[in-house]
Amino acid sequence: MIKKVFIFLIITSLYFNLIAQVPGGSINGNFQIIGQTYKDDTLINASKVPEYLRLNSYANVYYRNKNFTAGIRYEGYLNTLKGYNPKNDGFGISYYFLEYQNKKFDFTFGNFYEQFGNGLILRTYEDKNIGYDNAINGVDIKFYPVKGIYLKGIIGRERLSFSKNTYGYSHTVFKGLVRGMDIEISPNELINKNISTNWLLGFGMVSKYQPQQQEYITVNDTTLKLGLPNNVSAFSARINFGYKDVSFSTEYAYKIPDPSADNGYIYRPGHAVFSNITYARKGLGILFSTIFIDNFSFRADRNAALNDLNINYIPDITRNHTYSFAAMYPYVSQNISEAGIAIEITKKFLRHTFLGGKYGTNLSVNYSRMHDLYKIPIKADIPIGAKGTYGYFIDTRKLGALLYQDFNIQVDKKVSKHFKFIFLYQNLFFNYAVLRGKPGHQNVYANTVALDMTYKFNYKHSLRTELQTLQSKQDMGSWVMGLIEYTIAPHWFFTLSDEYNYSNPSSNEAHYYNGAFGYKFNSTRIQLGYGRQREGIICIGGVCREVPAANGFNFVISSTF
Amino acid sequence: MRKIVFLFALIALVAIYGYGQTTESKTSSIPAIEIKDIEGNPFNTSEILNNNGHPVIIDFWATWCKPCIKELMAIDDVYEDWQEETGVVLYAVSIDDARSMNRVAPFVKGKGWNYKILLDPNGDFKRAMGVVDIPHTFVLDADGNIVLQHTAYNEGDEEEIYNKLIEITQKKQQK
Repeated sequence: MIKKVFIFLIITSLYFNLIAQVPGGSINGNFQIIGQTYKDDTLINASKVPEYLRLNSYANVYYRNKNFTAGIRYEGYLNTLKGYNPKNDGFGISYYFLEYQNKKFDFTFGNFYEQFGNGLILRTYEDKNIGYDNAINGVDIKFYPVKGIYLKGIIGRERLSFSKNTYGYSHTVFKGLVRGMDIEISPNELINKNISTNWLLGFGMVSKYQPQQQEYITVNDTTLKLGLPNNVSAFSARINFGYKDVSFSTEYAYKIPDPSADNGYIYRPGHAVFSNITYARKGLGILFSTIFIDNFSFRADRNAALNDLNINYIPDITRNHTYSFAAMYPYVSQNISEAGIAIEITKKFLRHTFLGGKYGTNLSVNYSRMHDLYKIPIKADIPIGAKGTYGYFIDTRKLGALLYQDFNIQVDKKVSKHFKFIFLYQNLFFNYAVLRGKPGHQNVYANTVALDMTYKFNYKHSLRTELQTLQSKQDMGSWVMGLIEYTIAPHWFFTLSDEYNYSNPSSNEAHYYNGAFGYKFNSTRIQLGYGRQREGIICIGGVCREVPAANGFNFVISSTF
Repeated sequence: MRKIVFLFALIALVAIYGYGQTTESKTSSIPAIEIKDIEGNPFNTSEILNNNGHPVIIDFWATWCKPCIKELMAIDDVYEDWQEETGVVLYAVSIDDARSMNRVAPFVKGKGWNYKILLDPNGDFKRAMGVVDIPHTFVLDADGNIVLQHTAYNEGDEEEIYNKLIEITQKKQQK
């Protein structure tokens, strides 16, 4: 017995010795574990789960040695938290890659994330908070022939889900075939002159291959087969231009006809334009953005829906709110039809001025408005978007239905060494029927006010309170909320909050109470909470995840090493 | 006899393991990732280490992240003093994606921040540094070793960073 233990110890010690002594190499990574218990709570429409507790977890480990990097990710869904893709139940290695880089080249084999320009034709990324991951499994090559020219080439299959096999281990399911090239040129670096204007040009192309798809339509009692392209390409050109305090950027993208479940199998090509103008000098920033999206869903599988197999990304120009009531009705990017503008002005009133006071005052004003496109039939007797036709024409002089409008003002002010506050006012219009896909649902008009105050007793102890109200006559009606948070830097926080839905036209009044505390040490954080989770959606960059109502304990453990 | 061998093995294991721990914590440095500067020009993250032997702070943030902005505003109040005393440079790496990437420059200027701003729109640098959630702050000493990192922001966390910067600077002066 002792002998066995002895051998075991020797082996383990050798093992640790090996890890520690890899010459020149380094290891880093992170992990996160999120758990939640569920119980029945009919008032808020929450229900229990048979296993009581559910848990999402992952761990990334990267090893670097000179020009090589290798990475691996473990994911475990035991079982998947409500609101995430339940197809993920299981555990296993979901992601791995090997990368070699030097001054001129960068090769990645395995899983990778890549983006061309603003992502209008290609963006693969992951965001665990919204359960989004469309990594490509294949080869990613970057080549920098001279300073100022950046070339990228990719090929691979796209991540769809993480599914259990018959042995209980999960594996990543990849689908489709995506190919792409991108070139970025920086004339300033290339010509190597100190030109006062700053330029950047880019061109990209992405193509997907999906053979043997069959789709039928019936015309005058005859069934006809649609001719579907096996290869679909998209192209984009972009330019950035900066001169002194002003900068301008625009990207235009085009996609050949791509009949799909998203667009109802029409043969209209796709167009997308995304432009920004900014003016920025010390103490003042102005941003003006516009977006125009016409039939620009681009997926590795033309029958895919929801967040599955997106190749591209439609930037959302509306403000991403963080105060819970201001974020209750977030905009959802419409990859088939949207046009909008956004303006944001950020201003700092300097110290020792009338509006600035002793510490200065920050003010930001933001406005955004999104519309549907104005569609006209291709022929009087063919309905808009009829399957197998060109679909429709767009009248660019007119606007379609209003989808979303948000006007908000925020003031950040430090009053004294001890006291500071943030004030937010928001006026919102939300086209519920279109944005949440519930035809017939009434539009939501809402006014929200949030006041966030922090009192700092000394460098360690501080107390934060948050008061909010949302006033609306539609959907769930009006709300008030209060939050108290006590922090002891740098390790502890304790928080109590209650959101009270006091006038709900269609349901009883409900309190959504929550309590939580957390401890962090360097980059490791643990948090434990108990309470009610409000039903809704969370969105990051216009990509959204439905959050079901829940009642129970929740915990988060995360660390970076 | 066996017991002695066993004990010896145990001691050896602990010693080797301990050694492993100390070397491991020293090997961290900054991966070379191609991202963008605030004007949208390519920037290689290995350049971050060039601060003439002074400490460096890397702070991952986004324009939509409340605690991140609170932290950067708190540091902004004292940043000038920190720079004078320690020569520190703060790189504020925005993970805003294409949707809000264009907000960054007017936002930063509008706030009057003097940080070096980098754009990591697809999270390449964030992933390579193992960042889970933002804000996430790294403090690097003059040799590029990560000597402090913290995640989330509690009011007053900047004191911890300041103490570390002073410690680094004093150590360097003693050398």
